[in-house]
Amino acid sequence: MRVRSSYAGKRVAVDAHDAPSGSAADESGARELAGHALAGAVVDEGLTSLPAALQRICRATTSSLSLAGAAVQVITGTSDPVVLGSSDSVSRRLGEIPFEVGEGPCLEAFAIARPVLVPDLLGGGQSRWPGYVSAIAGEGVGAVFALPLLVGAVRLGVLEAYGAAARSLSTLEVSVALVLAEIATACLIDTPDGSASALLDDHGLMKAMERRVEIHQAQGMVTVDLGVGLAEALALMRAHAFSRDLPLLELARLILAGERIALLGTD
Amino acid sequence: MISSSRLSDLFVEVADTLVEHFDIVDFLHGVTVNAAEITASSAVGLMLADHDGTLGFMAASSEDARLLELFQLQNAEGPCLDAYRTGEEVADFMLATAAERWPVFTPRAAELGFAAGHCFPLRLRETVIGALNIFRAEARPLEDEERRVGRALADVATIGLMQERALRRAEELTEQLQFALNSRVVIEQAKGAVARTLDIGVDEAFEVIRRYARANRRRLTEVARETVEDRAALRALAASWTPSGQPPP
Repeated sequence: MRVRSSYAGKRVAVDAHDAPSGSAADESGARELAGHALAGAVVDEGLTSLPAALQRICRATTSSLSLAGAAVQVITGTSDPVVLGSSDSVSRRLGEIPFEVGEGPCLEAFAIARPVLVPDLLGGGQSRWPGYVSAIAGEGVGAVFALPLLVGAVRLGVLEAYGAAARSLSTLEVSVALVLAEIATACLIDTPDGSASALLDDHGLMKAMERRVEIHQAQGMVTVDLGVGLAEALALMRAHAFSRDLPLLELARLILAGERIALLGTD
Repeated sequence: MISSSRLSDLFVEVADTLVEHFDIVDFLHGVTVNAAEITASSAVGLMLADHDGTLGFMAASSEDARLLELFQLQNAEGPCLDAYRTGEEVADFMLATAAERWPVFTPRAAELGFAAGHCFPLRLRETVIGALNIFRAEARPLEDEERRVGRALADVATIGLMQERALRRAEELTEQLQFALNSRVVIEQAKGAVARTLDIGVDEAFEVIRRYARANRRRLTEVARETVEDRAALRALAASWTPSGQPPP
């Protein structure tokens, strides 16, 4: 059934189990569960400051909701999602899929500033995000839960959690996820020196961007080859990669090596 | 006396600090006007600490210039400064007996016709961010109910301010991130566009863009952005290139 859950001062509808509607007891219970999960999470050796905090949050999300993994994606207004923290390397890769295919629950959650809960990816997600579902189902994911990281009207990114099999979250579990998303948001805006440069230089965002260098170079080439704009060039690259069953990076490398992709429908 | 619905309206207004285009000055002005009315006081003012702990006047229930001055001098002494420094209320101070405690502030406040006052710190747990000061013409302490409402209004102001700060911080962060990430991306895109146009490698394309930016005394990211957004700019940049690596004569 559809239950209503209070989020960031708005009443939003989410897909969830048949469960009692949220109450003050739920809210404090959720904080307690999230707190225990955070305290119990073990972070990889060598990680410090923000990446450590985000990994702790991702692992707490994974354990408290009994899911397979989680990732924190940073999204800026006009750019694509970048994974800044994750519970493990598989989740990091899963978190990169929205960029790869240009769609998915995380982008939708960011766009509408509300949680997007997809308890049965193959059942309900396929028609909404065909590219995303075919990419992520191949990785053995059956459920995706995307929670936007918000400060009022300002959007920073998304906390995304992955389940191996199709399953719903209870109202309490949704509350726990919202608490963890709130904590992730606080971590992002409270970077020690209070500026984005800490995120960029010390915390791996630029490193994450480096993996996309070739894709963006190829994107520039496609604008020249086909006389199209940047957004269209990337959309065309994604479409070609999808139809040829190639990772976007592989396609980018072919373009860098001299291949010219065609406008869709003309090849 | 305040009705509970009036008070809850104010708390609803605080929730609006989370929407875009919220005006914090307007909101704080509303808090002071309500506080004056509700506590049957002559004047109410609100002061905020800046990043190095100096108190500055922020809002008052009336725009009387002498009242504003009275608040401004409180960055040196007065009930606001005391409430801010201690994080405690300065309860029911009587100006008739305050001259020793605040030698400059007391006579100026008396000149304005005030006899008593009360000051609430704006405080969230350990953090004190300012103070809300009530002045009244009668030399009587606040009633319990007035004091309770005054405290609630100080809390409303504190929550509104904290939320507004978080919002502003998040806005700055997203702007900085967007700028930094997009600057980086646009250079790669421009390298690709120039490489294809001139049929050269991407590293050499970067040199072409860099040299062009330098020759025209322009920022690299600015030239890169123009190159990918404007065909004419791409052509102009491409025309600057010669295979020898030297600009054309």
